[in-house]
Amino acid sequence: MSATTADTPAGTGIGASVRRVEDQRFITGRGSYVDDLERPGQVHAHVVRSSVAHGEIRRIGTDAARAAPGVLGVYVGEDLRADGIGDLPCGWFVSNIDGTPMFSPSHPVVAVGRVRYVGEPVAVVIAETAQQARDAAELLEVEIDDLPAVATLERALAPGAPAIWDGAPGNVSFHWQIGDRAAVESAFARADHVAKLELVNNRLVCNAMEPRAAIGEYDAGRGEYTLWTTSQNPHVIRILLATVTLKVPEHKIRVISPDVGGGFGSKAFHYSEEVIAAWAARRVGRPVRWTADRSEAFVSDRHGRDHLSHVELACTKDGRFLALRVSTAANMGAYYSTFGPAIPTFYYAPLLSGTYAIPAIYCDVKGVVTNTVPVDAYRGAGRPEATYVIERIVDRAARDLGIDPAEIRRRNFVPKDAFPYRTALTLEYDSGDYAQALDKALALADYAGFPARKQASAARGKLRGIGLSSYIEACGVGPSKIIMTSGGGSGLFESACVRVNPSGSVVVMTGSHSHGQGHETTFAQLVSERLGVPLESVEVVHGDTGRIQFGLGTYGSRSLAVGGSAIWKAVDKVIAKGKKIAAHVLEAAESDVRFENGRFVVAGTDRGLSFPELAFTAHAPLRFPSDEIEPGLEETAFYDPSNFTFPAGVHVCELEIDPATGVSEVVRYTVVDDFGTVVNPMIVDGQVHGGVAQGIGQALLENCVYDEDSAQLVSGSFVDYTMPRADDLPTLAVDYIVTPCPHNPIGAKGCGEAGAIAAPPAVMNAVVDALAARGVGDVQMPATPHRVWQALRAAAKPAAA
Amino acid sequence: MSANLEELVEDSVLLQCRVNGKACEREIQPGTSLLDFLRDELRLTGTHMGCMTGHCGACTVMLDGQVAKSCITLAATVQRRQITTIEGLKGADGKLSPVQQAFWDEAGFQCAFCAPGMLLAATELLRDNPDPSEDDIRRAIAGNLCRCTGYQSIVRAVKAAARVQRSAG
Repeated sequence: MSATTADTPAGTGIGASVRRVEDQRFITGRGSYVDDLERPGQVHAHVVRSSVAHGEIRRIGTDAARAAPGVLGVYVGEDLRADGIGDLPCGWFVSNIDGTPMFSPSHPVVAVGRVRYVGEPVAVVIAETAQQARDAAELLEVEIDDLPAVATLERALAPGAPAIWDGAPGNVSFHWQIGDRAAVESAFARADHVAKLELVNNRLVCNAMEPRAAIGEYDAGRGEYTLWTTSQNPHVIRILLATVTLKVPEHKIRVISPDVGGGFGSKAFHYSEEVIAAWAARRVGRPVRWTADRSEAFVSDRHGRDHLSHVELACTKDGRFLALRVSTAANMGAYYSTFGPAIPTFYYAPLLSGTYAIPAIYCDVKGVVTNTVPVDAYRGAGRPEATYVIERIVDRAARDLGIDPAEIRRRNFVPKDAFPYRTALTLEYDSGDYAQALDKALALADYAGFPARKQASAARGKLRGIGLSSYIEACGVGPSKIIMTSGGGSGLFESACVRVNPSGSVVVMTGSHSHGQGHETTFAQLVSERLGVPLESVEVVHGDTGRIQFGLGTYGSRSLAVGGSAIWKAVDKVIAKGKKIAAHVLEAAESDVRFENGRFVVAGTDRGLSFPELAFTAHAPLRFPSDEIEPGLEETAFYDPSNFTFPAGVHVCELEIDPATGVSEVVRYTVVDDFGTVVNPMIVDGQVHGGVAQGIGQALLENCVYDEDSAQLVSGSFVDYTMPRADDLPTLAVDYIVTPCPHNPIGAKGCGEAGAIAAPPAVMNAVVDALAARGVGDVQMPATPHRVWQALRAAAKPAAA
Repeated sequence: MSANLEELVEDSVLLQCRVNGKACEREIQPGTSLLDFLRDELRLTGTHMGCMTGHCGACTVMLDGQVAKSCITLAATVQRRQITTIEGLKGADGKLSPVQQAFWDEAGFQCAFCAPGMLLAATELLRDNPDPSEDDIRRAIAGNLCRCTGYQSIVRAVKAAARVQRSAG
């Protein structure tokens, strides 16, 4: 079954490629992003950041800055602490192998005593204009005594490395494990072959196009704070402000995230500037706004990935997988960000089984602190790292054993009749058909025709390679019980309220947040189809704790599977109540009332009420007993999934390398995904495209680089950090198979992260395949022209000698 | 007092220009970027700040019909010039331009923060080249970063707009 844009049903219901509702404002320049807002009397905050990676703050002289024109206040870390502001929280806890708790560093909103990364806030200047705040910041006398710094995993783990935290000897802040080590050892002992790889998962900067921004406002009369912030999860920010950082009652805080220009994880965390804007608004008695420029974003937005892994796969000689052993070091940065330790543990290692039946798996993970920006979730968050490990080692095993990479995958797939399938680790895969996705992808990619194309490339002096990636991810986070028993500090359900107005129009309030995903359209399609009302009559409201009952936000591909399911449940309740009212009005037994095609009808008769008639009747309680049935038609639901969802699929990357320059060009890219039910294929295609672009970016272009000695960020601009541009990417072929998710009412699995998860190994397997003919063994990401050229030169040397 | 006044006069510049067809006259500080002038002074917030270094294109406007990056353009340098922002793309009849319509039909955007650059670059391209190849399109928008779409829907939208413009023309 296919659901591409070409063959979708007409209309506006589930499965239709409806034009996006939100685009009407975006294409006319009428969006409303945080930095577009103007509050009466607003003033501007400038955050002064550490220019050294590690040091003791000796003195911050503020007198000159305070006296500068327009300045309303200059504050350092101690000022916030003295006012009772709490440290930034980390909401995830893991234990060490020996059962002791992980080391948890304190993480001040503004540095106190010591700085630990370039970009860490050291002071805040509030002034009438942004320029005055910047100018005054130049007058601050920040005196920091340098300490030795360390940025990379290799350096941080080397003997005698500078110590960043007293509680993290050797810079290891936790050492965690998962799996059955003894079973793995015994499987390795009887293996015919062990494939081995050292893998770098390069550090990335999310770079959502909209820089982060925040506006704080304080109503002294009511004692209420309002914070506009570029967040993926405003309710979570409110909880953290109330209970951890700002420490004022939750009902005295309203957090609004209006139009947000991309997130990819980096806007899911609680940031210093949110606390600063809200706190300073009260302190100076004026609304306080802050907007990052790009340089600031590079050194303050949480980074992603940054793993080193040693990987071994034990196989039989015919390519059956017996066991997988992985040892990973994960760079956490200088402090733990909101979800920091969860990413290289809970969101990573359980996925190491991939789409395969592997009898035994063991993985240990060292969390490593360094003098770098804290590392947290970036599109896929742990799952791209796991997919990279398994999909690269599977290809290595195929190459070692002389088996076709598609064939070795097919031999080891979890068979389609094995679901629900419990892996050797903790997950229970609910549904899937991995072989079907592979077959479809190979056909679309004309895998069989590759040797001829390789030959044609060779005739032109080019090295052509093909790479596969058969990914799986656990998303739709998450079952609250699993989250909370695995180290999470709160549940991860979602909430929705469906409000039917007397005229029959519908307002849907969702705790999910759209920052590009098109929820205003997708969720409206769901409700429109179920209630039989026109799409235009459904308004989706998100991103405002003052209007929406509750929410846990958007990340982990959870919006449709979890947020959509909450909406579905609320619609169920609306229909159930509608039937009760209709039964009275139509003088029938409730059990005889059906809701069909937008009408409440009495079975076997022509009596019925349209949905608008019912909506009006519910608000005009004359013909039903309002002491039995409450007037009005508004229902709230909370949905907590019973399991993760497991999107899966196959990517095929084909690229050409120019051996003279080392430049790789992706010439053909094919995707077959299984996202379960697809509501709007045009939107889902877009999610896949964007994810793949980020994955190709990671594999070929993007690299966040720190200077090894000074721990200065040297890739801190769009000149130094290579973002994929339109002429870097090919046209992508995207198709689907559908095995519906069996445990949510929509059957949806989630689609937001898949592209970024699957693409890096597909691209790198293609790079390795292309270079194999020249004797190159392996290449690490990103496979930049320089790196590829060097690998070709190194491989050519022995022959030349 | 008079010295301060002189300083003030010296410090500010009288800017006269046309923005989206409307005459505009303002006293501005000479260091003001065209981006800040549009966003802060005129409250035309459809033009976005993405980097302040001219590399991302979110701040794109048209100056006398040519795309320009407003974050690295001083407002004081646009004297007597015609500026078109994303807000000025609609036709005089209030209808969406063919480029805007195509970006809507094809779901060209996701978060849409890059919209000003993509819409204006596409408008300029199709004015100068009504039948662009895919390579032409990719080159024309390569000065604008988008992190959401992998440029797939953007290229698709520009192609669709070209088809519509050609059949209308």
